[in-house]
Amino acid sequence: MEFAIEALISFFLIVAGVFGLVGSFGMIKLTDTLQRLHAPTKATTLGVGGVLIASMLYFLLIKGGLSFHELMITLFLFLTAPITANFIAKTFIQGNLRAKDLPDSQGEFGWSVYADPPNRTDDNDE
Amino acid sequence: MITTALIFAFGCFGLGLLFNLWRIATGPDNADRILALDTMVINIIALLILYGIWQGTAVYYEASMLVAMVGFVSTVAYCRFVLRGDIIE
Repeated sequence: MEFAIEALISFFLIVAGVFGLVGSFGMIKLTDTLQRLHAPTKATTLGVGGVLIASMLYFLLIKGGLSFHELMITLFLFLTAPITANFIAKTFIQGNLRAKDLPDSQGEFGWSVYADPPNRTDDNDE
Repeated sequence: MITTALIFAFGCFGLGLLFNLWRIATGPDNADRILALDTMVINIIALLILYGIWQGTAVYYEASMLVAMVGFVSTVAYCRFVLRGDIIE
């Protein structure tokens, strides 16, 4: 039983290490900035997630106390990762692309980086 | 066995930090550097939790939670500064 517990924790630790390494290796392997945006998602979800699962199992099964702090960290990372990715993509688009490089937004308004926000009150063009 | 797996995970995340440092040094664009800094924060959170398992204490969760929050705010602030030239308008 002791061996099974240790094997389970070690398995999660090794999976987390491999995915963290893959996520960071993508940062130097991929060639384009928007491709590189894809790589750290592995490190965020499976890398940190595996470490947190291993930590929860370790403190639950070996130390004998259950703690939910890990779930809070996971929840926080899962909530903030899309926001940072959106901001980084916007930064790249603003610095490197023009409005004509992007596909049509298929809506009433243009893309947020280039077009004015809808319902501006100080606009007297029309 | 846990010790060996811990050392392996420490090595993986440490090597990942070096890769991110390379991207910060050579990144052709501001977005690359922000992305590499964000990934560094993720790796450091993982390293802190691993160090907590290594030491057998639970006090490092608060530290990693704080690092996660500060990392998110700093990434958004850096992006805002590059995007708008100002952080709070």
